[in-house]
Amino acid sequence: MTRPTLPLALAALLLTAPAVALAQDGSAVGAQAAGAEARATPPRLDWDPNDPRIGLAAGWHDAESAVSGMEHLASLQRAEGFFNPETPGDGRFSNTDLAFQGPYMFQGNYNGFQVYDISDPASPTLRVSVVCPGGQGDVSVYGNLLVMSAQETRGRLDCGVGGVEEAVSGERLRGIRIFDISDLDSPRQVAAIQSCRGSHTHTLVEDPDDDEHVYVYIQGTNSPRPGEEMAGCSGAEPDEDPNTSLFRIEVVRVPLANPGAAEIVNMPRIFADPETGRIDALHAGGAAYEGAQRTRRTHQCHDITAYPALGLAAGACSGNGILLDISDPANPVRIDEVFDPNFAYWHSATFSNDGSKLVFTDEWGGGSAPRCRGTDPATWGANAIFRRQGDEMTLAGYYKLPVAQSETENCVAHNGSLVPVPGRDIKVQAWYQGGVSVMDFTDPANPFEIAYFDRGPLSETELYTGGFWSTYWYNGHIYGAEISRGIDVFRLTPSEHLSEAEIAAAELVTLDEFNAQMQPHLSWPDAAPVARAYLDQMIRAKRILAERAEALDALLERAETDTASAAELQGMAATLEADAAQVEAGLQGGDAARLSALAGVLRGMAGM
Amino acid sequence: MKLLTSISPLATALVCLPVLGCATSPAPFPPGGDTGSTAGARIVQPGAPGEATRVVAGTDLEALGGVAHTEADVAFMQGMIPHHAQALQMTALVPDRAAHRGVHQMALRMEISQRDEIALMERWLRDRGQEVPAAAAHHGMEHAGSGDLPMMPGMLTPEQMEQLQSARGAEFDRLFLEFMIQHHEGAIVMVDALFSTDGAGQESELFQFASHVDADQRAEIARMRSLLAFLRP
Repeated sequence: MTRPTLPLALAALLLTAPAVALAQDGSAVGAQAAGAEARATPPRLDWDPNDPRIGLAAGWHDAESAVSGMEHLASLQRAEGFFNPETPGDGRFSNTDLAFQGPYMFQGNYNGFQVYDISDPASPTLRVSVVCPGGQGDVSVYGNLLVMSAQETRGRLDCGVGGVEEAVSGERLRGIRIFDISDLDSPRQVAAIQSCRGSHTHTLVEDPDDDEHVYVYIQGTNSPRPGEEMAGCSGAEPDEDPNTSLFRIEVVRVPLANPGAAEIVNMPRIFADPETGRIDALHAGGAAYEGAQRTRRTHQCHDITAYPALGLAAGACSGNGILLDISDPANPVRIDEVFDPNFAYWHSATFSNDGSKLVFTDEWGGGSAPRCRGTDPATWGANAIFRRQGDEMTLAGYYKLPVAQSETENCVAHNGSLVPVPGRDIKVQAWYQGGVSVMDFTDPANPFEIAYFDRGPLSETELYTGGFWSTYWYNGHIYGAEISRGIDVFRLTPSEHLSEAEIAAAELVTLDEFNAQMQPHLSWPDAAPVARAYLDQMIRAKRILAERAEALDALLERAETDTASAAELQGMAATLEADAAQVEAGLQGGDAARLSALAGVLRGMAGM
Repeated sequence: MKLLTSISPLATALVCLPVLGCATSPAPFPPGGDTGSTAGARIVQPGAPGEATRVVAGTDLEALGGVAHTEADVAFMQGMIPHHAQALQMTALVPDRAAHRGVHQMALRMEISQRDEIALMERWLRDRGQEVPAAAAHHGMEHAGSGDLPMMPGMLTPEQMEQLQSARGAEFDRLFLEFMIQHHEGAIVMVDALFSTDGAGQESELFQFASHVDADQRAEIARMRSLLAFLRP
């Protein structure tokens, strides 16, 4: 179903006639005026003036740092051949995104990618460096395959570093590369898929009904290359060329048994109006009203996060956030779109584990600008958190790094992933030179920070593009990709916002593979830390009878030493279910959902 | 340029243990230097699809530096500075002459982005030991003519600049938009020319900048066209 939201419709109106609501003297006129007055100036950022992140000394590898709610376990500088010792700001060597498989972490770089052995997360080692320039170099892993994005004109089919001699050349590769990594020490390129706009990012999409293929969505954001280099490429407007390379993504189907035969099978017009067929039907670019952010035009997706278990994907598509039905991965279909007058550029998306919430990020300033200064609005360059019901997304709240950063720190919302604490929605997120911030968005209208790490700027006088590109949770640790410094590893520590049991419960979730843009459904075993996590949450929120909490604590203590009987666990489960029923009937205060969830865990433990 | 020598970690960095209170007070980084290792790692370079992957010897590291800028890249940046500088001369005329608020707003945004981009281009040239065009020093001058700026594609002729300077009100708005569209189209021509030159436009930062200019100017042209259509009776 396609339903332009009110702001979108308004934006479209204002864009066809950009100043229709404004008289020549600048005062608002007509029906729009009331709306314009009702729209408050975006709120200023407010922060604790004693926050330890303020005033950290600058330095490339010797900056000061501040940390809260986590422990900094390890850091590793960029590998040889992947930095310029003369400056942290050489864009040819920027580190980019991360992917994980077993004991390995893969890190993209504009010059290729690295494979780290993280068997001991506190002491990561570099296993192999792979030279293959092309930028951004975002990576994903899938079994024996590694997929990498290439967008730059210097990208070569043969991974050469010298660029391409001729302006129009068959030696150039802009698109995705597929490597066979079955021999980790010698990744072999098995396919190179050319696309008109290259690949800024990409997204793996699994088909739950087909284990012989995997799909890759290519998100190109650069200007299309000339048709002389690749037939059919065109940067023309839709009215000049209905086959324009703008306003689409590319879908690649990869046969797992023969990845060399991977090919583009669809170039869906996911911004089209299904009724009129017009392909550029979403945001036309510009501010929704006077004083609003200037929002980019929707002719590209910057990033798409697929959630195959739900059959959905969330697209962060320059001027809009969109929801795609991907039950047929080769044919994604848009089912909803949202617009936000505070967003400059819809950049990335993360679902809550149950899919009922979505975090969209706004990369105001493109990632290379300082957008976390005290003077920057608290709703610009931030996360916008939406609730989802069926096909419909509605705005609930905003979250921005809750402390001001300096003029020489590029800072804006960037990539992150869920921290699997049962009963809560938590995301660890990179904010470039703003550092790492762990956000609780269980209540999407009132998100708050529970942990952070931050370094001082790379330089006190120069603004170099640096800081954290992405920070992801993987099997018990947080891994950070630092653009110009290397990698960092963290572990969460207990605090007033997060208990030891909640961390222990999160650590129980283990994955064989993790790509942030193909979100897996996370589930927890029926184990004592999970039960304790729910208990801690109810105690913290004062949503459980004190006597019940005490009895539970004692029972779980015995369960941890295997001295609780199945009958006792079942008995307590029944008591909690009775409490939940009382709560639901309005006869008792408490948290019915968590009481029931906890009862379920106890029943599971009893059955083991 | 000497590339790819390793950086020695701070040998004297203080060790920051959580029990000592790092959580609340700034601490030097890294805590005692790197805590993992990149030393002696294998470096490989794959070939084209189907081709073999080769091992890169440690002595080859110098060759991995990547694509450097070309003469055409430098010329592009040196040419785009006066091009942007003229846009600033045009926007400087707006406060005293434009009638429509949309034109005022557009000019303000352009001024900010063109200034940022000029600063980026100047730094890019400085970092690479290249001459920064003197014209840059004139940008933003209230009454500057265009006579002292080299003519790049789309730039206003001295006659056009005079015409704009003497226009007022609705007439100014129309001329400003028409001339700025012409001006921006010139920037797109310059980007096209850059990418049509063999070997040019491949250095990462320059590629990113030129792509950005292309997208940004196209978007602004679209906005100016719709404003112009609205203003025309």
